[in-house]
Amino acid sequence: MSPWRLAARRFARNRPALTGAVLVAALVLAALLGPLLTADPLAQPNPVRLQNQPPSAAHLLGTDPYSRDILSRTLHGARVSLVVGIGAALLAVTLGAGVGLTAGLAGRRTDQLLMRGVDVALSLPRIVLLLAVFAVWEEAPAAAVVLLIAVTGWFQTSRIVRASVLSLREADFVAAARALGTTGAGIVRRHLLPHVAAPVIVSASLDVGNIILLEAGLSYLGLGVRPPTPTWGNMIMDGKDVLFSAPWVALAPGLALVLTVVAFNLAGDGLRDALDPRAAA
Amino acid sequence: MLGTPERALASPETMARQRTLFGLDRPLPEQFLRYARNLARGELGESFVLHRPVAAVLAEAVPNTLLLGGTALVASLLLGLAIGVVQAARHHSRTDTLLSAATLVLYSVPVFWLGLVLLLVFGERLHWLPVSGMTSAGLEDRLSSLGRAVDVARHLVLPAASLALVQAAAFARFQRSALVESLDAEYIRAARAKGLTERAVLLKHALRGALAPTLTLAGLSVPYFLAGSVLVESIFGWPGLGRVAYDAIFARDYNVITATALVSGVLVAAGNLLADVAVAIADPRVRLDQ
Repeated sequence: MSPWRLAARRFARNRPALTGAVLVAALVLAALLGPLLTADPLAQPNPVRLQNQPPSAAHLLGTDPYSRDILSRTLHGARVSLVVGIGAALLAVTLGAGVGLTAGLAGRRTDQLLMRGVDVALSLPRIVLLLAVFAVWEEAPAAAVVLLIAVTGWFQTSRIVRASVLSLREADFVAAARALGTTGAGIVRRHLLPHVAAPVIVSASLDVGNIILLEAGLSYLGLGVRPPTPTWGNMIMDGKDVLFSAPWVALAPGLALVLTVVAFNLAGDGLRDALDPRAAA
Repeated sequence: MLGTPERALASPETMARQRTLFGLDRPLPEQFLRYARNLARGELGESFVLHRPVAAVLAEAVPNTLLLGGTALVASLLLGLAIGVVQAARHHSRTDTLLSAATLVLYSVPVFWLGLVLLLVFGERLHWLPVSGMTSAGLEDRLSSLGRAVDVARHLVLPAASLALVQAAAFARFQRSALVESLDAEYIRAARAKGLTERAVLLKHALRGALAPTLTLAGLSVPYFLAGSVLVESIFGWPGLGRVAYDAIFARDYNVITATALVSGVLVAAGNLLADVAVAIADPRVRLDQ
């Protein structure tokens, strides 16, 4: 049986991991379909009377200070969190794998240059950098948020990939492939990438949750994807001012965030245990 | 549309005057060179909004953030270590599973939301702890120095707990897997073979071996505490670096923004350095001169 099939079997036998994967699938579905089934998240049907209403049959999770339906906004907010979380993690991992492969395969000088650059980048406080950029760039679209989070988040992956390329480069099966006349590109595609893929997938999946929390932090500060587009972060910001009188406004998006991040972390832990059985404890 | 610092200051003449005064009408490379030149002389410039030297603003804020972040770091390390040890001592037991679930959830909580929940429950509903600031207004003069310290400590609890709980979960997750893995190592088998109790093996030998990576991780967690302070300090009105950065960003107070980024960078580097030194002391296999 191929190592990938074995990993899939290990994942399927891992109850917490499976729970995480099912939850992630459910969240993606909710983000896709939910907004079609619920009210307009921007609608303010009765701005005065419907302000800060507690949960009721008409508004299952209550209404916010602008009299908008919280359930509908929470479902819409899932879109930003999922798109930014998954999108930025994929992009960051691609960038990191690219740089790591280059550093591992190119000569000593390129390698040194890239890795010292990564050292410097790792010492920069990411949040301060992002805060400064988004404070100046007021109308940043979601794509810019994805791009900037990815561009500031690939450094660790590049180190992992470089390290495994350096050790694989000297492995016997690579030497054998070379002796059989496989070209450089062929060796990368057929022999290096499959081995590098496992740690990269694990690092990406464990990163999604952190990125979702990072995006929520930014939009809680009113940065990145701006109001009135609902994000879980800016919904919590709306709830902060009425925290004592209408706590449900901040509660729903916060619980949605915890549930989503738990789901991705469960799935990520499961992938790690399935793909790297030695690390499983 | 780009934000500019003089926009908050109204009329066109005032704006033009302010631009010339702060040198914002000069080309960007020139502004940068001037900033670098001033920095080399230890000059951080003046805040556009507070009309005070940036150095003075930071001198007030940095100690408060070090108090908050330092307390949170120590608390999270101790808590994380304790949870990790308990889990490793009985790994795959029911306690272990429950604690794993608890740390996973805590690790997934947004720190600013946790801050709001703690504020709501312990500050507003139960009235156990003060909800805002670093001292009780009007009480400063009437308290003894011990009374003042207690007052600050009471204000410190909620913001420090918000920061510490999430990070403690991260430390505990790491600690557990490091300890469980090390229980298979040869030196642990040797310790068991010479007849030590499982408790002594875990606390004296396994913990010692797992100490170095934990210290490194603690050093690497400095950026987390800085980022958290930006979010948490504004919730609890804590007058620290995070609050200064937060206010400066919304006022487009460039000199303050660059200075807070600079100070954060120095703190991150200092954290890594301290961790490296601590590892060298804790682990005899690491020597600084190599």
